[in-house]
Amino acid sequence: MNLVDAVLAGDRLALSRLLTRVENQHPEGIEALSQLFPHTGRAHLIGVTGAPGTGKSSLVNRLALHYRREVQPAPRVAIIAVDPTSPFSGGAVLGDRVRMRDLSGDSGIFIRSMASRGSLGGLAQTTAALAQVFDAAGYEIIFIETVGAGQNEVDIARLAHTTLVVEAPGLGDDIQAIKAGILEIADILVINKADRPGVESTEKALRNMLELSHPLRHVFRHHGKIEVVEAAAAAPQYNSWIPPIHRTVATEGKGIAELVESIARHRQHLIESGDWEARERARLQAELEDLLRETLLHQFRSRIAPQIYEQVLQQVLARELSPWDAVHLLVDRRQG
Amino acid sequence: MEERKIRVLVAKPGLDGHDRGAKVVARALRDAGMEVIYTGLRQTPEMIAEAALQEDVDVVGLSILSGAHMELVPRVLELLRQNGQEHVKVFVGGIIPDEDVPRLLEMGVTAVYGPGALTEDIIRDIRAAVLGTPA
Repeated sequence: MNLVDAVLAGDRLALSRLLTRVENQHPEGIEALSQLFPHTGRAHLIGVTGAPGTGKSSLVNRLALHYRREVQPAPRVAIIAVDPTSPFSGGAVLGDRVRMRDLSGDSGIFIRSMASRGSLGGLAQTTAALAQVFDAAGYEIIFIETVGAGQNEVDIARLAHTTLVVEAPGLGDDIQAIKAGILEIADILVINKADRPGVESTEKALRNMLELSHPLRHVFRHHGKIEVVEAAAAAPQYNSWIPPIHRTVATEGKGIAELVESIARHRQHLIESGDWEARERARLQAELEDLLRETLLHQFRSRIAPQIYEQVLQQVLARELSPWDAVHLLVDRRQG
Repeated sequence: MEERKIRVLVAKPGLDGHDRGAKVVARALRDAGMEVIYTGLRQTPEMIAEAALQEDVDVVGLSILSGAHMELVPRVLELLRQNGQEHVKVFVGGIIPDEDVPRLLEMGVTAVYGPGALTEDIIRDIRAAVLGTPA
């Protein structure tokens, strides 16, 4: 039996080996992805992001437990935990499993640690591909925990159906932590460690930020009169989702059931509003275009003599040609 | 572009609560360019074998200070075999009496390190065992 058949039949060792081959971009892994692709598209991908120290791993641990013990029928749960690769050595210490020991011994859960391998944006280059493998292997809930950088993690929103942004009280400047575009990607906001002092001000800060990006009502002056229009009434066709804010204490399991309900509601919202399909389309289109770009570039480079390429590059370096002119020159030369 | 990294699971089975050595080794292996999955204290052999399976590691490093190595190590080896992972190299570090070392090696452990072992030696031995390059 080959690796793909074994994975589809539920063989965990085969799954693990295939994940490695896909992660290493081994030709066999890429071939397997093609064969598995028709089996994908069923899983709910849930991104979990936020600054370091907010308790992302503990939260994922509790959420996974809840799905396995409280939800009927219990879905199979995969967890992809991404940690940073050291830029100096290329090595990594992947420590997310330390907070996930409760999940041991359940064959319906599969945890895979992943090093970012130099990729920016909180995910590794092949994270999406690993999620596809889990999807094809029948894991219905897939958590993707990003590198805890707190900023620049917008990639996760492109990959996941539902993105949780995790905050915690007392991590310093609340506004600083949430300003850098990360709030806009949140489908659900989680204030973890909510038993700590400062939870009120964290929630207030989040609510104020939310109001800016999701106004509940528009207030404007019309012929000197102040008019108030409820946002929902003004645009009833625009079925918007306002990110809920949840308080949790992951280590004690508090607030987890409500959070799981919220995740399910978001999924329902995506399907009913047509956003699920729109997101799938955007994601697959982006993937297609990335591959197309890579392939076309590779083809182009293989057809052009290296000396000519080098010559043009030298001219750009000497400021004799602009990069735009250089592209014209290279492309036209090949066609002419 | 294919990229391969040596993946190592560093685990502490048993009940002793001292993981400084394990952490030093984990960091040294990272600095040698390896991907180290660190699982923390008080792992059962079952938890270790399960993590090794899910992470598809090349190497399992066990740090044992409790004296229970003659029970814990064979159990880990047996579970790895049961899971079809007999190719995984097992390294043991910690406080292991000299007379137990040959017995552990005979069971299938690749190498045993005591206090004062050099991380360079561990790195060299892991590379040799996984990549097949001469030590």
